[in-house]
Amino acid sequence: MTPQDSAATPEAAVAEDPIKVQNARLLARLHTLFGEDAFTDVSEPYGLLTATTTRERIHGIIAGLQQDEEIALHFLTTMCGINYPENVGQELGMIYHLHSFTQNIRLRLKIFFPVADPVVPTLSDIYLTANWMEREAYDFYGVIFTGHPNLMRILNVEDMDYFPMRKEYPLEDGTREDKTDLFFGR
Amino acid sequence: MAVNDTLEGTHHIIEEAREQQDKILLPLHNDFNQELTTLNLGPTHPATHGIFQNILQMDGERIVSGVPTIGYIHRAFEKIAERRPFYQITTLTDRMNYCSSPINNLGWHMTVEKMLGVTVPKRAQYMRVIMMELARISDHLICNSILGVDTGAFTGFLYVFQEREKIYEIYEEVCGARLTTNMGRVGGMERDFTPVAIEKLRAWLKSFPTVMKEFESMFNRNRIFMDRVVNVGPISAEKALSYGFTGPNLRAAGVDYDVRVMNPYSSYEDFEFDVPVGTNGDTYDRFMVRNEEIWQSLRIINQALDKLPEGPYHADAPHYYLPPKQEVYKNMEALIYHFKIVMGEIDAPVGEVYHSVEGGNGELGFYLVSDGGRTPYRLHFRRPCFIYYQAYPEMAVGTTLSDAIVILSSMNVIAGELDA
Repeated sequence: MTPQDSAATPEAAVAEDPIKVQNARLLARLHTLFGEDAFTDVSEPYGLLTATTTRERIHGIIAGLQQDEEIALHFLTTMCGINYPENVGQELGMIYHLHSFTQNIRLRLKIFFPVADPVVPTLSDIYLTANWMEREAYDFYGVIFTGHPNLMRILNVEDMDYFPMRKEYPLEDGTREDKTDLFFGR
Repeated sequence: MAVNDTLEGTHHIIEEAREQQDKILLPLHNDFNQELTTLNLGPTHPATHGIFQNILQMDGERIVSGVPTIGYIHRAFEKIAERRPFYQITTLTDRMNYCSSPINNLGWHMTVEKMLGVTVPKRAQYMRVIMMELARISDHLICNSILGVDTGAFTGFLYVFQEREKIYEIYEEVCGARLTTNMGRVGGMERDFTPVAIEKLRAWLKSFPTVMKEFESMFNRNRIFMDRVVNVGPISAEKALSYGFTGPNLRAAGVDYDVRVMNPYSSYEDFEFDVPVGTNGDTYDRFMVRNEEIWQSLRIINQALDKLPEGPYHADAPHYYLPPKQEVYKNMEALIYHFKIVMGEIDAPVGEVYHSVEGGNGELGFYLVSDGGRTPYRLHFRRPCFIYYQAYPEMAVGTTLSDAIVILSSMNVIAGELDA
């Protein structure tokens, strides 16, 4: 389901495209730091290196990338949840965008996990900004962040008992029959 | 370029005065009463310029702790966007940061263009730069003048509100709307600048610096203003980075990160401008950085207007570019494309794209996941206000209530962007 572009391999760097060269360097560094088996589905959609990892490793990887002096991915640009209901066993996902101001490198990391067990380690001990972003992901997707200091709804009302951004909650009332989606809308 | 090089020595004088004041005041109210007061500031308090609630614990006049509550105008834009074709999402973006809607609109169009692989002609890029910088100026003017109002100076606000009005007249001339502008299209601009728009822009560029100088002379070295803002709500560069600050708030803390310089979009690399940075990250530095950015934006507009290239104002991309309305009335092909685009039959490629622009108050990012359908599969807005507002309690703790208002005002938190 996840969109793919050309795979980022060191061979691709021969093309002398500066973005490709930089991405190949970043990928090589990621492999040295965390091992090749830590990353799957590596691609470069629109020049941004994207890799999938596991929720067991995500905390260690992001902490390591922040500490690493060569790459210094010290800025968490954004993180958000995503829902693929047809990917059985990996229905929910979290997507992290990291940025290094010194090298001007961006990296996108993804993790996927089952909706029945939506538990992910918190990043709020690494980045203070992760606090609200995680509350937002919890509010909309029901992702539970272990170790989060204050995991409660942020934009929706407290007594809401569902997670509205999941695909199982359509924007319009599904029981209505006067409006057909045959030609319009998703 | 540090904005307060010339103010060497001012900070420590005021700091000493404050310490002196604390020595006198603190023991007094400590003995007076040990009980804390709970104060609900907001949700709709006239001093907070938006719908935010802050539950403050006060020890006398000092803030001990604060809990911000947001979401009062949450409109679920990300969810709504999942059912809307790309053009219809534009109207969601300009309701986020409504002080600088062209930046939001054009940033969104650039995201879609990046995904579709549409190249925008130079003229359209320059026109976009002009509109985005105008929006930045009006955003900063409002923020800074309201900060003046919060310290008791109403005159400056009236001065520059008139200038914002003139900027809105230019918007009106360019696209017909004033607040929720929608002047961009996928592939360029909706229409070319009219001669009247250029004339208005040139007249404004000529008259505005005088007003701006007057505004600056009213505040920059004003004793009352400086007493209220210097060393109020400071934040260190490390903390600011960790809290995800971007834009003027981060630059005031001394980090010269600017999306326009680091990842140029829409031909920003063609223009010469400086990135002002502060040193202390306090309210005064934020004010000064915004003032200096207004001057830099004027520089950019002048350069872009002088070098405005001839040529088309939109790309030759009939599948994506909404045709001009006059064409739709008389040209069959234009009518067909108009219908297809409006009905959302743009065939978007499968993929995911992140694009960010320098918004009025920081890096405004759009993360768009497409599964090939006519609407985004997932759209996430990186809203700078949402990310940095969580630092507010930490900046306000230890200050007084009146300082807390000034800090909130100088952070330029826009309720629409906070909640989206």
